[in-house]
Amino acid sequence: MALVTKAGRPPSALRAAWRSTIGKKTVMAVSGLVMLGFLVAHVAGNLKVFFGSEEFNAYGHWLRTVGAPVLHHGWALWALRLVLLAAVAAHGVSAYQLSRRAARARPTGYVHRRARTGYATRTMRWGGVILLLFLVWHILDLTTGTAHPGGFEQGRPYQNVVDTFSTWYGNAVYLLAMGAVGLHVRHGLWSAAQTLGAGSPARDRALRAAADATALVLTAGFVSVPVAVMTGVVS
Amino acid sequence: MRLTLRVWRQRDAGAEGAMATYTVDGALPDMSFLELLDTLNEDLLLRGEDPVAFDHDCREGICGACSMVINGEPHGPERTTACQLHLRSFRDGDTIDVEPWRAAAFPVVRDLVVDRSALDRIIQAGGYISVPTGSAPEAHATPVAKPDADRAFEHAECIGCGACVAACPNGSAMLFTSAKVNHLNVLPQGAPERETRVLGMVAAMDEEGFGGCTLAGECATACPKGIPLPSIAAMNREWLRAARRTAG
Repeated sequence: MALVTKAGRPPSALRAAWRSTIGKKTVMAVSGLVMLGFLVAHVAGNLKVFFGSEEFNAYGHWLRTVGAPVLHHGWALWALRLVLLAAVAAHGVSAYQLSRRAARARPTGYVHRRARTGYATRTMRWGGVILLLFLVWHILDLTTGTAHPGGFEQGRPYQNVVDTFSTWYGNAVYLLAMGAVGLHVRHGLWSAAQTLGAGSPARDRALRAAADATALVLTAGFVSVPVAVMTGVVS
Repeated sequence: MRLTLRVWRQRDAGAEGAMATYTVDGALPDMSFLELLDTLNEDLLLRGEDPVAFDHDCREGICGACSMVINGEPHGPERTTACQLHLRSFRDGDTIDVEPWRAAAFPVVRDLVVDRSALDRIIQAGGYISVPTGSAPEAHATPVAKPDADRAFEHAECIGCGACVAACPNGSAMLFTSAKVNHLNVLPQGAPERETRVLGMVAAMDEEGFGGCTLAGECATACPKGIPLPSIAAMNREWLRAARRTAG
């Protein structure tokens, strides 16, 4: 609409994209996919707990030595952590700004309220906040050991996992958060496909099925570890 | 039929509004919802009260003027416009809530009437094609493949009523904008402005204060013309393509 004047520099394409709601959604989709990729790798790593403490602890050690001797001890892991931190920040900032915008777009609500949309869709925002809080606890519990029940031992992740899931609150918090992950991924993955333009009437059923399956497999994989500790399969 | 209506009454844009309760006797199942409001207004006029203001024009479901949220759903329980909604969709003795479209971009003018010119400004930002002046071009000069023509027509069905915005939990106009963008972007006649159209219309949509899309899908459920939800994905695809092209 606006006439482009030769004198002023037009805003850069990236800036214009970030100002747009579709641009922010694109940031959310890409950062979400980065985090989902991490979760898939994470759950695969978690399942190594079923092969015993030696293999699980060795896997934890490998995460720190990967890339050696080119990379220094732990550098690859820290690089991954920085990427994930950037993804969490980008995802959170976009979500916050879009939520504020949505609230401003409807200052007066309807008198006649009715249940809208699916549960997974409705819980995206608060579910995201719950996941962020879980993330803080999860890192303090099993990465730094600050909030770990019992004696936390660096380099002995198998024992640390068993410790956490031997407490009722450790299980409760974890199971609740994994439910939230499943719901978030269920709507989030399908949504990301739409935002990135992969959706079409012909592909819709397949995309929904793929998102549902990913969410289910992810949640089942994560939940299997505390369940295994509770039932004594892993001890 | 005896129906109880709870209707949003608001004198003007600046006034406080509230729901007011009315009872309409002698409504018939074959009446349209607008005829129910006509009946109510006749009663109100005879009693010396202000009639309920509401937008209406064609009353045959093609103009998109009749905008009202009935029992929490834009255009009510049937997938059509309020003028084509009939009282057979309700039961004798029902209480029905009638409210205006709710969105910051659609300020209430009076009662159920809202100002929807924000949608017009989105159209002005790119919902057109450039054609040389003169006599009408020969109809077969520009061939259009049948699937493209079908897709264009599917989106051209949008009547701009704004039900998608009214239904959206975020007050987003993405379904409306996607209908307008896709309608012209799939046609060869729309190709010269393909990039500027989508970028301009999305920028205008954001400028008007509509919310962002969370793909809740309420819009496509409410749309009386059946614009499908994947149309939004198609517009996102166009937008990303245009953003890449203008950047590179």
